[in-house]
Amino acid sequence: MTVLDMRDVRKVYRSGDADIVALDHATVQVEHGEIVALLGPSGSGKTTLLSIAGGLLTPTEGAVVVGGHDISEYDAKQLTEFRRENVGFVFQSVNLVPFLTAEENLLVVDELGGGKGGKAAITRARQLLDELGLGHRLKNLPGQLSGGERQRVAIGRALFNNPKLVLFDEPTSALDTKIGAQVMELIQSEMKARDTAAIIVTHDTRMTTYADRTVHIVDGRLDADAVGADH
Amino acid sequence: MNLPLLELRRQPGRFVVATVVLGFLATLLLFLGGLLDGLYLGSTGAIRAQNADVFVYSESARDSFLRSRITAEQRAAVESAPGVQDVGGLGFVLLGAVIPGEADLADVAVAGYELPPKGVPAPPNDGEGIADSRLQDAGASLGDTLLVGPQRSPITIIGFVDDSSYLLQSTIWVSLSTWRSVQNVNRPDAAVGDTVVQALAVRGTGDLVTSIDTATDGDTKSLTKPEAVLSLPGVKQQKDTFNQIIYSTLAVVLAVVGLFFSLLTLERLGLYGVLKAIGATTRRLFVGVVLQAVVVAVIAFAAGSILALFATAALPASIPLQLTPARFVSTFIGLLVAAVLGSAISLRRVTKVDPASAIGNAS
Ligand SMILES: Nc1ncnc2c1ncn2[C@@H]1O[C@H](COP(=O)(O)OP(=O)(O)OP(=O)(O)O)[C@@H](O)[C@H]1O
Ligand SMILES: [Mg+2]
Repeated sequence: MTVLDMRDVRKVYRSGDADIVALDHATVQVEHGEIVALLGPSGSGKTTLLSIAGGLLTPTEGAVVVGGHDISEYDAKQLTEFRRENVGFVFQSVNLVPFLTAEENLLVVDELGGGKGGKAAITRARQLLDELGLGHRLKNLPGQLSGGERQRVAIGRALFNNPKLVLFDEPTSALDTKIGAQVMELIQSEMKARDTAAIIVTHDTRMTTYADRTVHIVDGRLDADAVGADH
Repeated sequence: MNLPLLELRRQPGRFVVATVVLGFLATLLLFLGGLLDGLYLGSTGAIRAQNADVFVYSESARDSFLRSRITAEQRAAVESAPGVQDVGGLGFVLLGAVIPGEADLADVAVAGYELPPKGVPAPPNDGEGIADSRLQDAGASLGDTLLVGPQRSPITIIGFVDDSSYLLQSTIWVSLSTWRSVQNVNRPDAAVGDTVVQALAVRGTGDLVTSIDTATDGDTKSLTKPEAVLSLPGVKQQKDTFNQIIYSTLAVVLAVVGLFFSLLTLERLGLYGVLKAIGATTRRLFVGVVLQAVVVAVIAFAAGSILALFATAALPASIPLQLTPARFVSTFIGLLVAAVLGSAISLRRVTKVDPASAIGNAS
């Protein structure tokens, strides 16, 4: 089953009177449970591709189907709902809610989905954090956590809704090499344990060892094997 | 779990300044409103207490009791007007009074009446009066004989009644004949004949104003009770002035809330971007801002009310400040509306937050 199907996607940014083509006829597919590393130099369009796959940006041209939803024509409201229910995000910089504990930062997802933070939600948040090695950190505020711990909380938040696709934008670039490697291992095992597909953006070739497949991007163009081995 | 309320609880420090400022503004609003109410109630009590639908003045009186004179013939015409049921004469005279044992003169309004006002019995014997309870504060007690006016006309207090003062002076309710003698002895320049009154209080049905003024051939001018209250000297002017100041203060509240929450929203743009990225709607975030503004306003109102109550208790009695439940309610509503409108200024900013900004690619 294909979780992400992007075909001939173009993204043109208009800045002043210059047009910047950030993505040029990008076609990529990600299968159920597959971890794809998206590797490319700075400015090559990695974040743009991730944003379009996750419904944060709409493509200028092309089709984007995520988990069966064709989101290329969605309006802002539909995209908000789509993101809430179908994808998880882990951003480069730490972006937890500063006045909420680790556990509550996961429950935010439940609240946004209209949940009341009931027993089931709390149990799930605790289980997730426990798996992520933060069982003893449930009641800590982000300010009391290390960078690696914060990023693990962010991973927990991204997984809370059981999305079919989780999008990581340079999740370890703010961490030192050792902690970064631990976080990558954790991401890998969590994705595999849940059979969740992931795209991990990086410009560090060492990170590709945690992925099933690596897609290269240069100047908004993807290399040929972006469609995957079995296509 | 509720994000905006949790933020208020966990980071109260961020809201302290706004709450304190709004609290003082709430106190100011209650003060202004209390003064307005005190002046209004103190000025109008004697008229509000009347059990009458319409007041009849002479045509040339320009709606003033003191300038008005109604003759026996005019009264007869009023009594025969369609819809009129009960008619009573009214007369007021403003004088100083000596209270036994008190050094200072008290300001009183000696008021002759026929139809008993609220809380007042039928007109007493000549030389007796029922006094407004303010006169108790000035030192008068039951059975005291007051000496009224430059000619020291004696009036014996046989009862007290609340909320019936006239132009901030304590009314003493007396029979029409007592009023006439007090008026004629102490104000000979404005003496009245034996059958003359200043104005008439009328009860009845239908369009009394038109039917009375037609029946007297235009010799009289009638006002409904609310109109009569507002045409007392200074009452409308006080009301307009104070309301103007109150509305201006509410505009300040709106500006304070607007500015404060605009700054707060500005600080939160990053967080809002992330929350939108993970599925928060603009509506939810905006409702959160308004909710916080409402909570801040409610806390500020509570604190401001307590301060106002303490401050009022410490004020000298000569300041006619009166805090009524209705004033608390209207101030609360005013604060809430100003807080909601003020926080709504942030709507545009919240709407403009691009979820893609969370990832650094805002379009
Ligand atoms: N909002 C925008 N407006 C205009 N141009 C943009 C915008 N966002 C990105 N770009 C441009 O689009 C191109 C691709 O940007 P993108 O952020 O996708 O690159 P990236 O591969 O993620 O880079 P990095 O590794 O530095 O994060 C760049 O040339 C960038 O300058
Ligand atoms: Mg990037």
